[in-house]
Amino acid sequence: MSGNVYIYILVMAGVTYLIRLMPLALIRKEINNVYIRSFLYYVPYVTLAVMTFPAILGATATIWSGLAGFFVAVLLAYRGGNLFQVSLLACLTVFIIELFVVPGIF
Amino acid sequence: MNSNITNWKNGFRDGIPICLGYFAVSFTFGILAKGAGLTPFQAVLMSATNFTSAGQFAALGLIGASATYVEMSITQLVINMRYFLMSCALSQKLDSRAAFLHRFLVAFGNSDEIFGLSVCKEGKLNPFYNYGLFSIAMPGWALGTLCGTVSGSLLPERIISALSIALYAMFIAVIIPPAKGNKLLLGIILLSMISSLLFTQVSILNQITPGFKIIILTVLIAGIAAFLFPVREVADER
Repeated sequence: MSGNVYIYILVMAGVTYLIRLMPLALIRKEINNVYIRSFLYYVPYVTLAVMTFPAILGATATIWSGLAGFFVAVLLAYRGGNLFQVSLLACLTVFIIELFVVPGIF
Repeated sequence: MNSNITNWKNGFRDGIPICLGYFAVSFTFGILAKGAGLTPFQAVLMSATNFTSAGQFAALGLIGASATYVEMSITQLVINMRYFLMSCALSQKLDSRAAFLHRFLVAFGNSDEIFGLSVCKEGKLNPFYNYGLFSIAMPGWALGTLCGTVSGSLLPERIISALSIALYAMFIAVIIPPAKGNKLLLGIILLSMISSLLFTQVSILNQITPGFKIIILTVLIAGIAAFLFPVREVADER
């Protein structure tokens, strides 16, 4: 490593912040165009779904615990579990599956 | 004023899964940062000022390879471009009458997870909800980084593996409830997941980085959905 780590950090932070800031600072008025409004309405669902699957299957130590955690989360979310319950029970499922069902992975 | 405090508290409470998930991710980041030659202080400083996972992981590789500052900024721009889309969506959730300063603060904490939770809130977004999320998420992110750099073996691998699913489970908890009884949203979510899976399996498509995959699929699927199924009066009730 030859560059200055602090300058690297400053450059990264600056670029990342500007990307996050520009739309928020520039688009202050409510957009009236139905197409753009609809687009922005759908954005989070698509983005979060794309980020979640299939990445969730590779997040844990084995695909089986990831798969089990995925199903538990979907089921609980569907039945109206809140964020905390869904997250915690998915974590617990992964822990239990890795402990008992697929032993010897660690 | 009271509603600001309530919103902050709600955000703080909803952000607990983010905190846990961030701890697991940034713990791994801390271990790698140490391996790349960063001091604990530098690693935590990077986490505290950048607050983004993919960008920070990529930066370690670049720093290790003595990349130029220009290369660093272009890489960050490309990897983090998805935040641009997210901030566009968030710009419509904030009340246009609220103080301009809020937008500068909300922008700083607009990570994937904080975005996901704030944009799916019903009605207009009170920035204090956002600050509540940030107040619990950031300590998780910074503390995880610190623990990873100081001692990679502080937490057993089992715990890290279990915590690693927290953020994804949280996303599911955000997108599934509104899709209940709404076949259109359900279809869009399913289509997004299947397309995302295809992007990891089909050759050529799987060369595309995760950041760009998110941008391409979001623009494509949300764009087509908006064209085929325009939503009237969405912003206020949602």
